[in-house]
Amino acid sequence: MSGERLAPADEAGIAAAVRAAREAGTPLMVEGSGTRQGMLRPVQAARTLSTRALTGIVLYRPQEMVIAARAGTPVEEIEAALQERGQRINAEPPDLRSLLGTEALPPPTIGGTVATNLSGPRRIAGAAVRDLVLGLRFVNGAGEVLRSGGRVHKNVTGLDLCKLLSGSHGTLGVVTEVTLKVAPAGERTATLAIPVADEAAGVAVLSAGLTSPYGVTGAAMLPAGMEAAGVAGPVALLRLEDVAASVAYRLGRLAAMLPGGRAVEEEGSRALWRALRDATPLAAAAGEGVWRLSLRPSAAPAAVAALRAAGCRALLDWGGGLVLTAGPATEASHAAVAAAARGTGGTFTLLRAPESLRAARDVLPPEAPALAALSARVKAALDPAGILNPGRMWAGG
Amino acid sequence: MIALPPPKPEVLARRDEIVAGLRAIVPGDGVIAEPIRLRPYETDGLSAYRQPPMAVVLPSSTEQVAAVMRFLHGNGVRVVPRGAGTSLSGGALPLEDSVVIGLMRMNRILDVSFPDRLAVVEAGVTNLGITKAVEGEGFFYAPDPSSQLACMIGGNVMMNSGGAHCLKYGVTANNLLGLTFVTVEGEVVEIGGGHLDAAGYDYLGLITGSEGQLGIVTEVTVRILRSAEGQRAMLAAFRSTEVAGEVVDAIMASGVIPVALEFMDRPCIHACEAFAHAGYPLDAEALLIIEVEGSVEEQDALLESIRAICDRFDPISTRVAASAEESLAIWKGRKGAFGAVGRISPDYLCMDGTIPTGELPLVLRRIGEMSEAYGLKVANVFHAGDGNLHPLIMFDANDPDSFRKAEEFGADILKLCVEVGGCLTGEHGVGVEKRDLMGVQFLPPELEQQRRVKEAFDPGWLLNPAKVFPLQGALAPAGH
Repeated sequence: MSGERLAPADEAGIAAAVRAAREAGTPLMVEGSGTRQGMLRPVQAARTLSTRALTGIVLYRPQEMVIAARAGTPVEEIEAALQERGQRINAEPPDLRSLLGTEALPPPTIGGTVATNLSGPRRIAGAAVRDLVLGLRFVNGAGEVLRSGGRVHKNVTGLDLCKLLSGSHGTLGVVTEVTLKVAPAGERTATLAIPVADEAAGVAVLSAGLTSPYGVTGAAMLPAGMEAAGVAGPVALLRLEDVAASVAYRLGRLAAMLPGGRAVEEEGSRALWRALRDATPLAAAAGEGVWRLSLRPSAAPAAVAALRAAGCRALLDWGGGLVLTAGPATEASHAAVAAAARGTGGTFTLLRAPESLRAARDVLPPEAPALAALSARVKAALDPAGILNPGRMWAGG
Repeated sequence: MIALPPPKPEVLARRDEIVAGLRAIVPGDGVIAEPIRLRPYETDGLSAYRQPPMAVVLPSSTEQVAAVMRFLHGNGVRVVPRGAGTSLSGGALPLEDSVVIGLMRMNRILDVSFPDRLAVVEAGVTNLGITKAVEGEGFFYAPDPSSQLACMIGGNVMMNSGGAHCLKYGVTANNLLGLTFVTVEGEVVEIGGGHLDAAGYDYLGLITGSEGQLGIVTEVTVRILRSAEGQRAMLAAFRSTEVAGEVVDAIMASGVIPVALEFMDRPCIHACEAFAHAGYPLDAEALLIIEVEGSVEEQDALLESIRAICDRFDPISTRVAASAEESLAIWKGRKGAFGAVGRISPDYLCMDGTIPTGELPLVLRRIGEMSEAYGLKVANVFHAGDGNLHPLIMFDANDPDSFRKAEEFGADILKLCVEVGGCLTGEHGVGVEKRDLMGVQFLPPELEQQRRVKEAFDPGWLLNPAKVFPLQGALAPAGH
């Protein structure tokens, strides 16, 4: 694990630290505020390099729907600036400190959010974090400061390294500045909460909402025994966000189509989706494992049944396409998660577990040989000496 | 003219052997080698550049593509992938010693799932063909490039195509779930699938928009979306392009994002009106087409609030469509813009830079000045909400000097786009057309980094050579 902690004050300092590490051949553990260091595999590195001291919004043009901030800027600071102008980040990035047991750390940074590419409920209708990254500045493993993308919404000039860096967990480069596409926040919000018998019924209701023409921006399900912001499961939740007249009209149409529900409006709805975003209803206890599965929505009921049989509990988002699950941090639960993902053609990510399990098992589905070979070459193309977060995603990679 | 690398003599010398090898993989009429039948493949939408390939192969399955790639890779033959050949940047331009892999025979829709909101299609299905397959259930595939009747999803993936409606729905990259991808060595790799946000490196995002530099896409899993209850357009005409630019800013800042926000300048208005008789006001310097979605009541409310914004800027006129038919009439001129300009000029170059929308008035003024200096007319039509410009530079291809000036004019516009904080291409791709301008946007180490990523996929630089990356450079493609 990490000994010495470096947090340079500027991008040049980050680049110098990477160059020094490359020359010495000593790996770096790369992080923002460190709230997600418990994800994936443990990194063996003598030093930690943090971007947390690179803070501040460097550009905000509301009418162009673009904002740029240095990597260490807390997401909540960016969201506060956007809120003042009636805008938001459409990917609704989560704050996973409670889920991951890192409540004592400072809030997540925009750099860490891009590096992990974890998106919240609005992903189903809006975009993933990676879809919103218009431009990046980053330091590659050779210590070079590079740019990809820019600040305009449409840009197909050259290879899209922004997407390659997004979700690469600091293994390909250290992100130093992020330019994001932002969106209007929607004047009003309301959620239709529809009690359902089980996951099969819940996914059917969510699918009905998402295949309606009413612009649903959240489609989640709390199972029996879980509760969020005063709404108790088993319940399917469909969210609307738009101008006031549209929200009122569409809520009426959805309620007519899916009877038996009740409306949760404004602040109640916001609190509910904050909880879902951060997966707090899972109430993961210290020592428990937490996983994230991305599947075809229609595969979710069977996946949840398999997870339950392994002693895990689960909540659904993205119409059933996202399963967040917590349970015993054992080989058996991990095997059940991996099997559920494999059996449905989906994917999984280990979000939290003791280091022994994280080091011993695949924390992501293993890649087919041709893809694994490609990943090794891509890693070498950006980080030739293999000093950035080695082993974070795959053993030896 | 943009330089193309010399052919490899050792490959040209083995032409017959290579054609025979391809015929062994793709039997029947799936291999074309007769000069007269190669002619349709000698160019794409950038028709000023023409070069017949050594051969064309038209595989009908992923397995055939993989076998073709294994064979060509083993023989060191350059490969140019091709969909419908509608690229406006020369992305499908062959080289003399290349084999074109045409994907038009892979045109099957393999799976549609409404509960999972996806469709799995082969690379040669047309963009509109996907929507046609799902519209009966009220669904559509969102990106809508102007060429959507002809262009194929494989080409859309390779160019990360946009369209008029990507202001709301995003570009191709935002609407994909998975790819079947054949590497240069002929290995078949599955990227993503039926789910969102696959774990591991984002190859789906990297391959999208890679212009055939990384491999061949044979199957695509796309997201399909439920259509809104309805949509309706309005027109607003203004006395100057500056004012229209301010209106665009005001609409975008209002919190109501239309599904489309299109801008035409005076020359474009006149060309389109003469062509389509859409009822465009001919006394306007700038015209906006604005489209909203929702129920009829929602459309009314949104159009009313947008009209109120327009009214603050002293419009010459505004016209809100009262019906779907009137909306179509409003769109008719815009959708025919390229054809309309083609009627008034023997040839034109369609440029594709993007700028921060706040720079619109400055950029339009500078383009006007350049037009005078070069003595070439230009019509401007673009996706105003996202700053994606399409200046159409009119020239005469029979006059080499006119073509040279048109290319220089185009390059100056793109340099201006970069200078004001934008980029060389918003949706048409770099291709050969903008290849030598890459150094305007990127610093040498940035281009080198992109080249190294390209080499991780294609170490021998066999895939779509002479496109995207300038031929000069420290890591110059092998054989250059």
